[in-house]
Amino acid sequence: MPVISEGLKEAVRLLVTLDPEVMGITLRTIQVSGTGTLISVLIGIPVGAFLALKTFFGRGFLVSLVNFGMGLPPVVVGLATWLALTRYGPLGMLGLLYSPTAMIIAQAIIASPIVAGLTLAAIQSVNPKLRLQMIALGATKFQYLLLNLWEARLGILAAVIAGFGGVISEVGASMMVGGNVRGYTRVLTTSTVLEVSKGRFELAAALSFILLTLTFMIVWILSYLQQRGKRP
Amino acid sequence: MSKKRFALALTACFFFMSVSVLPSFAEDSQKKDIILATTTSTVDSGLLDVLLPVFEGQTGYRVKTISVGTGQALAMGEKGEADVLLTHAPDSEKKLVDSGVVTNYQLVMHNDFIVVGPSEDPAGIKGKTSVDAFKAIAEKKAIFISRGDDSGTHKKELGIWKKAEVTPKGETWYQETGQGMGATLLMAAEKSAYALADRGTYLAQKANLKLEILSQGDPSLLNIYHVMEVNVEKFDKVNAPGAKAFVEFMVDPKTQEMIGGFGKDKFGEPLFFPDAGKNK
Repeated sequence: MPVISEGLKEAVRLLVTLDPEVMGITLRTIQVSGTGTLISVLIGIPVGAFLALKTFFGRGFLVSLVNFGMGLPPVVVGLATWLALTRYGPLGMLGLLYSPTAMIIAQAIIASPIVAGLTLAAIQSVNPKLRLQMIALGATKFQYLLLNLWEARLGILAAVIAGFGGVISEVGASMMVGGNVRGYTRVLTTSTVLEVSKGRFELAAALSFILLTLTFMIVWILSYLQQRGKRP
Repeated sequence: MSKKRFALALTACFFFMSVSVLPSFAEDSQKKDIILATTTSTVDSGLLDVLLPVFEGQTGYRVKTISVGTGQALAMGEKGEADVLLTHAPDSEKKLVDSGVVTNYQLVMHNDFIVVGPSEDPAGIKGKTSVDAFKAIAEKKAIFISRGDDSGTHKKELGIWKKAEVTPKGETWYQETGQGMGATLLMAAEKSAYALADRGTYLAQKANLKLEILSQGDPSLLNIYHVMEVNVEKFDKVNAPGAKAFVEFMVDPKTQEMIGGFGKDKFGEPLFFPDAGKNK
């Protein structure tokens, strides 16, 4: 497959020469997906922890809702966000459509249930005897929460990784609400789609390699944090 | 102790993620943004990549190009979701002009549609007129790849089927992609199938395609592009000055010269022929 080897060469060339357009696209990808993930973490971890530690009426239903949300198709989120943000839509006065902010909103919606669902599962798999012990030793509510989060840290980082992986690889929603505007909302996934439809496969392959490298580097850092001091 | 370290690690990773966010997403005044709804061919051929930086440099506007089929582009205009349209389906555009949805309707350029197919030409359409070619394709049940996306090219294609008195919809040899011109041509090449394409996109991608021009030149295959402003009197959120500036830019003699020269160096022939001012 000459396209793959040419693409790899092209990717190296673009990275080494710091091609301004590709650098811009890459940086924007980190910005958008990083912020999207950050927001989803701020929403997902508290929601997950709340559902894991509290018992109340309707909890079961909410848990199914979160688990259902983990499989939300990005295009559906994209369409809903698009409809909400159009000029004459309910949030049209914000003028956010076809902007990075719109993409961040969509990505945060996609990733939040993933982070919440996996956080919930992680905290629930903390040994219940440990919980009893925490209470018996007189932990305040806040300490109780922190200890639970601490015990579930591996799973929570896995939740963050999964959320990030979900949004950085996503193309449908980004295309719809971002519009793939050059130099503004064009990210690695949407520009790959564009280059394919232009028939420039080498460049598309190169962008794919850059996306894979970027994702790997970020996940590698997160995994390092997760695995630090852990020996099997 | 280690709890602190964990918190620190988490903070560090958040920080890492958001460092690059600092350049801020402050939405600079929307007055500087123009939403241009256009057909995929102007983007996939690379024409707008050449024109837009010049326009943006001259005027300071930022053009948000939304490349969709002409049908969807016109629909965006009808809902006031775009400021300016650059499309190629004169019959459909006429309706918008008549209903006052768009104003300042200007002829920009033309090229032509061509029927492409594999060099073996199983249906033997070479040299035939488009209508006869379509009849032959239907008779032989040779695979035909259609845009199927209500784009200008798709509308034109449906018009030819009508003239050929063939109803291809639902036939197994008639496949609709629902995608842009570039993607549709790629599929046609992969399947050794026939397709109707605009010459610009075909030439721009010729190197990747094992497809030849088999039928061309009849007057009904003319592909005419117009630019138009979405009427601010109907949609108050339209960026009227920006749209006006864009229309003026597209018909400006200097821009017209760039359009005429676009692609000459790469493909040996122009992809588009400037027409501004000729009005019909």
